[in-house]
Amino acid sequence: MQFPGSCDERDALHACELAGGEARLVWHEERGLNDVDAVVVPGGFSYGDYLRAGAIARFSPAMEAVAEFAAAGGPVLGICNGFQVLCEAGLLPGALLVNEGMRFVCRQVELVAEGERLSIPAKHGEGRYWAPDEVLDALEANGQVAFRYAPGQNPNGSAREIAGVRNEAGNVLGLMPHPEHAVDAMTGSTDGLRVFESVAGALA
Amino acid sequence: MTPAGADAGVDGGPSLTPPPSTGAEQPAAYEALGLKEAEYRLICEKLGREPNGVELAMFSLLWSEHCAYKHSRKLLRRLPTEGERVVMGPGENAGAVDVGGGYAVAFKVESHNHPSAVEPFEGAATGVGGILRDVFALGARPIAILDSLRFGELDSLRSRHLLDGAVRGIGHYGNSIGVPTVGGEICFEAPYEHNCLVNAMCVGLAKREQMVRAAAAGVGNAIVLMGASTGRDGIGGASVLASAELGEGDAAKRPTVQIGDPFEESKLLECCLELLGKGLLVSLQDLGAAGLTSSASEMASAGGVGVDIDVARVPLREADMEPFEIMVSESQERMLAVVEPAKVAEVLAVCEKWQTGAAEIGAVVDHGLVRVLRGADVVGEMPVEVLVDGCPLYDLEPAAPEEWIYGNRATLDAGASAAETLLALLAAPSIASKRWAFEQYDSIVGSRTARRPESADAALLAIPEADTAIAVSIDGNGRRVACDPYAGTVEAVLECAQNLACVGAEPLGLTNCLNFGNPEKPAPAWQLDRSVQGLADACAALGVPVVGGNVSLYNEGPEGPIYPTPVVGMVGELPGADAAAASAFASEGDAICLLGPFEPTLEGSELAKQRGELGPGLPQPEVAAVAAACAAVRDAVRAGALACAHDVSDGGLACALAECAIGGGRGCRVDLQHLRERGCTPEEALFGEGSGGFVISGERASLEALASDGVAVLYLGQVGGEEVEVAAGDRSLSLPLAEAESAWRSLGERAEAAS
Repeated sequence: MQFPGSCDERDALHACELAGGEARLVWHEERGLNDVDAVVVPGGFSYGDYLRAGAIARFSPAMEAVAEFAAAGGPVLGICNGFQVLCEAGLLPGALLVNEGMRFVCRQVELVAEGERLSIPAKHGEGRYWAPDEVLDALEANGQVAFRYAPGQNPNGSAREIAGVRNEAGNVLGLMPHPEHAVDAMTGSTDGLRVFESVAGALA
Repeated sequence: MTPAGADAGVDGGPSLTPPPSTGAEQPAAYEALGLKEAEYRLICEKLGREPNGVELAMFSLLWSEHCAYKHSRKLLRRLPTEGERVVMGPGENAGAVDVGGGYAVAFKVESHNHPSAVEPFEGAATGVGGILRDVFALGARPIAILDSLRFGELDSLRSRHLLDGAVRGIGHYGNSIGVPTVGGEICFEAPYEHNCLVNAMCVGLAKREQMVRAAAAGVGNAIVLMGASTGRDGIGGASVLASAELGEGDAAKRPTVQIGDPFEESKLLECCLELLGKGLLVSLQDLGAAGLTSSASEMASAGGVGVDIDVARVPLREADMEPFEIMVSESQERMLAVVEPAKVAEVLAVCEKWQTGAAEIGAVVDHGLVRVLRGADVVGEMPVEVLVDGCPLYDLEPAAPEEWIYGNRATLDAGASAAETLLALLAAPSIASKRWAFEQYDSIVGSRTARRPESADAALLAIPEADTAIAVSIDGNGRRVACDPYAGTVEAVLECAQNLACVGAEPLGLTNCLNFGNPEKPAPAWQLDRSVQGLADACAALGVPVVGGNVSLYNEGPEGPIYPTPVVGMVGELPGADAAAASAFASEGDAICLLGPFEPTLEGSELAKQRGELGPGLPQPEVAAVAAACAAVRDAVRAGALACAHDVSDGGLACALAECAIGGGRGCRVDLQHLRERGCTPEEALFGEGSGGFVISGERASLEALASDGVAVLYLGQVGGEEVEVAAGDRSLSLPLAEAESAWRSLGERAEAAS
């Protein structure tokens, strides 16, 4: 996806390619997703993130197509602003609030996913995951919490250290940290590649 | 560049609308707009009549210090600007150097000091926005931002307010637009209390074939204004804010500060790069200080043509704006392009795609005038050469002050032990870790950032397109420049070169922002004169061309001028981003050496400041010897011989060692006995400052092999333990690493203190 105001779309494109996929940018006014196997909604500040992060992007024509694509079981990965957009669109539960510290934070953080630790950078001003307790309980009971910040690593005050969640069907995944910025040892870590590879693996 | 001759005046013109104010009121009007009486008379003489209101407003901006460089242009001619790799030099929107593979790196640093002193968030944000536009105006995609910030002491509430606002503003703009902020510096000194400095540098990457210049060309071509609509914000910013001292009533100047919208700029950026990629533009220029007045006039001047601008065709935020307001508005996120008539429709279609506004507002004409129309009426008409180059250039009347003109304030106990002194230096806000600030910036977007902030001496960016990498550093220690404007400025250039050497990079070019006080006063004039000479000599000796720059004068508060602060930004290249050393000790048992012609003294040092012992005078740096040391370090880093390389800077050798130890999470045991053989006292060896020193670590034999005729290498000791242990005669010290780290990391807590 590329919205006006997207920032990390070229990085995400590159990460998809490194994970063995063929990728293209989908302009926000496009409605056709017939040729794609998976969608990445990238980070940035779609439409300036005015009103509330992700609140405008959810109404774009391309997001309508993504909603249909997801409803049909197509895999969707939302990163940072993409996660915010997916929550705003109701494709994922919960909401992302202004960081506890009230400031933008850019920091390498340790995540725990299915028992494995990943070192991936986070960078956001509105990344504090929140949902009502009963929703959080249900997410945990259903195994929908895909990523948690490792102890002491939560950069934003997210409820129950949650860094990323998936939908009930399991085909829509969102997380605040940026796996597309952890795909090359030169820039710090290659752990993010595993996130993209797992999406690619699910398609294979 | 020479002022136009006195014969450049024209007749009044047939259809000029009457000026909005009467002739009798105009003398007061020009003064309120910042023009001097003699300048006003010269305008009348050259026009052959009095200017009307529109013209007066335009002259007042283009003849301001900010646009005309009337007190600095003569000095700037001393700077070396040529080099084999220079693609674009001074006079363009930004400078650019070739990095091979058909690519060039464009860069520039610019100030937004006075707006930031009045309203720090918007001032800093629009400072970033402005420098980004300068870089993409020549067809380069911005790939990095660095900032150089100066505030009063951190214990002042006002300084913390300005710091907080500026850091938030930089983050807001840079993060939102998706350009990483990869480095910078922040210093705190009392003379910046009322006049903070916010200098922003942008680095961009361009395909050489897509680069455009700012000169208007092709009579008959259309002039298209793109981006945001034009409002009443920022009216008079260049003349009222940027070219006068700050003082009482600054709050009333808030309407002269522009408001930034990074989303608008993000669309404008992508739109302009697409237009240039498709070859649809003849030339492109950003609208910065003095808005449409400056960009249209300067495009015409550079191209040797005239322009017609119809203000009735400019998209407005407020319908009732006067022509002069439209011409001088500093509304942000706007660009001006020259387009061949046949391509206008296609240009407008690309703008439509990016939802960025666009309107054809004028044409390139061969009449040699800047002509402002409102529909069929001519509301202003001035010869380009008078408007752009007619401003008189002034000679400075420099005089060295007889004594130290800044204050002194002792904050360190006279009886402090060496360990206590080191803690106080590490906690000094100018030396302490700036993590609190840089964590508020996205430093990684774009996937080029090979070293995160504070992990190496220079920012390091991969350029896979050209199979290369670049390093960028920005530096300028105003306190040392105040002690000796010449030597201090040479040191700033050397510090950048040393920072680049630490990551294995060789300098390609330099940009600068000269932040000084009122040039009409003798002491700031002397500081400016000596500083420019130092910059010129250091660049010539290192063979680094100055490809662009910016001058910010009149930086004064009620207590006097700021420290003279030439901020130097340097870009270098290295074969790849993988080899660079870090500025942290890597392994237990590694040898630690001091490389280079480092002869520390306490003059102008952080310690002298804390003891309240500042005064004029610095040793003169030996540029050739420092250059040889840089070359040795650079080659060693590229060969992979160094585990750590860090230049010795603020707080001296003890601070440099402590920083490497904190960064690596490993202590060190060193002996400065050999340094004392250079004639230093123990205290000078520990805390003295000066150019030319590198702390390096690695295998002892390979470190000592770096010594040559021109390059000294002294073995100091070893990496290891939980302490920073430094033997220095009667000032020997041992400090637990955890204590050193907690002092060094104390900035954030203090910056957020509420009162």
